[in-house]
Amino acid sequence: MHFDSFADFISMGGHGLYVWMAYGLTTVLLVINFVLPVMHKRQLVKEQARKMRREQQTP
Amino acid sequence: MMFETFRTWFHRMGSPKWFYDITGRWIPWFGGIAALCLLVGTVWGLFFAPQDYQQGNSFRIIYIHVPAAILAQSIFFTMAIAGGIGLIWKMKVADMVAKSCAPIGATMTFIALFTGAVWGKPTWGAWWVWDARLTSMLILLFLYFGVIALQSAFDSKQSAARASAILSLVGVVNIPIIKYSVEWWNTLHQPATFTLTEKPAMPMEMWMPLLVMVIGFYCFFATVLMMRTRNEILEREKRTQWVQGLLSSQ
Amino acid sequence: MTDSSVGQISTWRAFTGTLKRDLLLVFRRRSDIVNPLLFFSIAVTLFPLGISPEPEFLSNIAAGVLWVCALLATLLSLDSLFQQDMADGSLEQLVISPHPLFILVLSKVLVHWLVTGLPLTLLAPLLAVMMFLPDEGFGTLFITLLLGTPTLSLIGAIGAALTVGLRKTGVLLTLLILPLYIPILIFGTGAVMATSNGMAVGGHLAILGAMFLIALVMAPLAAGAALKISLNG
Repeated sequence: MHFDSFADFISMGGHGLYVWMAYGLTTVLLVINFVLPVMHKRQLVKEQARKMRREQQTP
Repeated sequence: MMFETFRTWFHRMGSPKWFYDITGRWIPWFGGIAALCLLVGTVWGLFFAPQDYQQGNSFRIIYIHVPAAILAQSIFFTMAIAGGIGLIWKMKVADMVAKSCAPIGATMTFIALFTGAVWGKPTWGAWWVWDARLTSMLILLFLYFGVIALQSAFDSKQSAARASAILSLVGVVNIPIIKYSVEWWNTLHQPATFTLTEKPAMPMEMWMPLLVMVIGFYCFFATVLMMRTRNEILEREKRTQWVQGLLSSQ
Repeated sequence: MTDSSVGQISTWRAFTGTLKRDLLLVFRRRSDIVNPLLFFSIAVTLFPLGISPEPEFLSNIAAGVLWVCALLATLLSLDSLFQQDMADGSLEQLVISPHPLFILVLSKVLVHWLVTGLPLTLLAPLLAVMMFLPDEGFGTLFITLLLGTPTLSLIGAIGAALTVGLRKTGVLLTLLILPLYIPILIFGTGAVMATSNGMAVGGHLAILGAMFLIALVMAPLAAGAALKISLNG
């Protein structure tokens, strides 16, 4: 373990702002990249379900 | 024999249904390895790796900057190769893979740019420095935007795929030329400033987490690429029976 | 493709035929020649007005400004490369003709360079005087533009071919092509700067020449393939 305390870890020897900014934005972007296709798939499934219902109502 | 096996595999790969099924089995693996590597690499890089004697703790940004920069370039190559396969063998799945590459690649390029800029502030004292790597990343981002813009400018999906395949092939030919000319230009204008990541020798404790992160980023890319391509398949093949059956069963 | 349709015209005749036709068309629509030149002059004029008219400062940025403006002028003229032919249907005739498409594309690019790149190169020394370019730089500026502008036309043809079938092309074309122009810009201005500093420029010119040759071989092929896609879409 490189750091002595948690506060030490957060401050990163005075470079905390930069390190956490870089890691923070990267995390956000990676999560967005992962969530977008998941949401897209859900939407596709939903659309299909709606279409099926419509087809059943008008035989 | 090898060739025959490869050919059957290649032909199967061209079938959207087969691709959909096989990647469905692969995604949990790639996703799992990605999550594991990214977690281990981040914890290792942030907590345990020693700090750089010159740059201190801001050096820890390397564990995302370098993997993102590597991915930014590899994804462009992947996109061009997939586009080329789609162009030559008229393989629809390859077109969809190429299309799915572009947004992920642009994200990686942006991450490399952003982390480079943030890293530059404590290192050079400025948010933006016309450093060779950052400048070529910026141009690469423009190339990605070009491909995405061209992709969305066409009404027909087929023309969009082919046109952007040509553009990404032209881009791939140009990337090394751009890279070397930017490096040359950089040495001309700012002699002897030290670059962010070119260390004479990185000790093992610094190097290992980087390797883990690179693997993690590659697996993350593979996972998202497969997810996006699968969605693309569902959308384009939605009139086929297997897709309708598959979607309504969920 | 039967022999009777190919037999009459050799590929060389097809090349020169396209060349003559396009030159004639440009000659009848002279604004295509004049407009890029006007743009070039106006854009260069903006720099002293916008930044500083001080001779020492201007002579520092002269090479860069002239190159950037020449590049933008070329870019803005690219629209006309295939647009007219697309509208009157002659582009389709070119694509279905039995001759290799890249030869025909090459002749169109040659015309484009003759009516934009070459005049820009000839005008540049005049504007260089107004920008206080150091005396040693004139020759190099002229040579780099002479070597560089054909490459600009060749690479630009790919972008023009990719976007010719689309309704709105202006900004998109810029977005596609500008990043690809960067190496030429770097070595073009680099060479002029090097001469001004009394250094040798052989290497720069060799690299510009190499880029021209690569573009000469590959760009017409890519542009040809792009034209086929644009016509189908």
